[in-house]
Amino acid sequence: MNPDDLKYADSHEWVRVEGEVGTIGITDHAQKQLGEIVYLELPEVGHMYDAGDEFGTVESVKAVSELFTPVSGEVVAVNKSAVGEPGIINDDPFGDGWLIKLKLSTDVEIGKLMSADAYGEYVKAEEQEK
Amino acid sequence: MSAPATQAALRRTPLYDVHRELGARLIDFGGWEMPVQYSGILEEHRAVRERVGLFDVSHMGEFDVEGPGALAFLQRVTPNDVAKLADGRIHYSAFLTDKGTFVDDLLVYRRAADRYLLVVNAGNTPKDFAWAKDHAGSDVRLADRSADWALIAVQGPKAAALLARTASPDPSDLPYYGFREGEVCGAPALVSRTGYTGEDGFEVYCRPEDSPRLFRELLAAGKADGVLPCGLGARDTLRLEAKMALYGNDIDDTVTAYEADLGWIVKPGKGDFIGRDALLAQKAAGLPRRLVGFEMVDRGIGRHGYPARTAAGAGVVTSGTHSPTLGKPIGLALLPAAATAVGTEFSVEIRGRDAAARVVPTPFYKRRA
Repeated sequence: MNPDDLKYADSHEWVRVEGEVGTIGITDHAQKQLGEIVYLELPEVGHMYDAGDEFGTVESVKAVSELFTPVSGEVVAVNKSAVGEPGIINDDPFGDGWLIKLKLSTDVEIGKLMSADAYGEYVKAEEQEK
Repeated sequence: MSAPATQAALRRTPLYDVHRELGARLIDFGGWEMPVQYSGILEEHRAVRERVGLFDVSHMGEFDVEGPGALAFLQRVTPNDVAKLADGRIHYSAFLTDKGTFVDDLLVYRRAADRYLLVVNAGNTPKDFAWAKDHAGSDVRLADRSADWALIAVQGPKAAALLARTASPDPSDLPYYGFREGEVCGAPALVSRTGYTGEDGFEVYCRPEDSPRLFRELLAAGKADGVLPCGLGARDTLRLEAKMALYGNDIDDTVTAYEADLGWIVKPGKGDFIGRDALLAQKAAGLPRRLVGFEMVDRGIGRHGYPARTAAGAGVVTSGTHSPTLGKPIGLALLPAAATAVGTEFSVEIRGRDAAARVVPTPFYKRRA
């Protein structure tokens, strides 16, 4: 369910690393929690972030949720289609619903993120707490 | 993403098990465990605008007001003119403080000259009952019957057809804001042509023990019409498009009936009532601020509590959301009187950024029929 080639943060973002570039989005679990997304706020290309920084917001009808980058880097691409049609995040959170691409500042942060299996366990544990 | 809030022990309506069966997402709504959505807010909203939706609103409060002094009591404690109500008719009204601000908004149902039913907001039921008792004399009998009623709202252009098939007598000839007692799906029920969505619709008051069967049978009977169960998420987007006030957002004990743009329920000519003097004084002096509708001009959704900046001073957004019907963000804001004309441009502060907005006419949506 959670793609194996991605790494996951406990704030429900995922990262796909291809060479120097990391693509970031939110997980299927996250989009389900939010419900239909009606609004998306993303940064401009060129912005620099440290791991854990807030890089935007995603809104459903009832809730506003901040987006946190799991890794440090400079924004090299922003998914403008998703800004125009935020519902794509609900429909394809791991694919066309990607949010931003960063040129990674460092390799070491990726190692601290969860694998697909670990994230799956993490979500299960979070559900049981409710 | 930031994490959702956790929940404490909550009250449940008689329809709780039905919500679970239907896969509802349940949330804490003022201490009640209620469905915020089943299939999705946008889909449920659309169902009500185009077809028919069912809502569990059993958490609302119901009071019996009876006795020879009932009419005089209601005239004294509400601003609208109860003497104008006929048997089987309803009007929108409020309990106001002596400052003309809101204890609650409510509906008054007249069953007879000396028998009334008041329907109040879920979160305010104990407060309202205590307030009413405080103001009642010995010639009025007040009873909190909230636990004795379940309430199912049937809303949308196909609501009348659905109830024509399942209710008796057929309520399609009920006037708007009229009510009648009869049966729905064979269970005793009071049916009123009222609602909180801006569409044609009905509210079905029945016994708690009958409500699960009624809800399921109405869903089955409405299947061909595309009926959907709808939660509080859609209830909020629907009522906001229809510019209906929500206690706790748009009205509370800091806002007067005139400031809330609800002057139409205030009838000073009927005689004295709590808040009358304060309201007349405010009207004579000129309102300092007023509740108006707005839409966003810049990107962003202006939500409850977000500050507003106008050329005439500061204001606040009282309700705001993405409007499914209009496809854009809309809301209500309390703005300084000089900034309330339609077309006035102002700004809403959204997470530290000033986003442009504009005062627009309301309601944002009006049903065709």
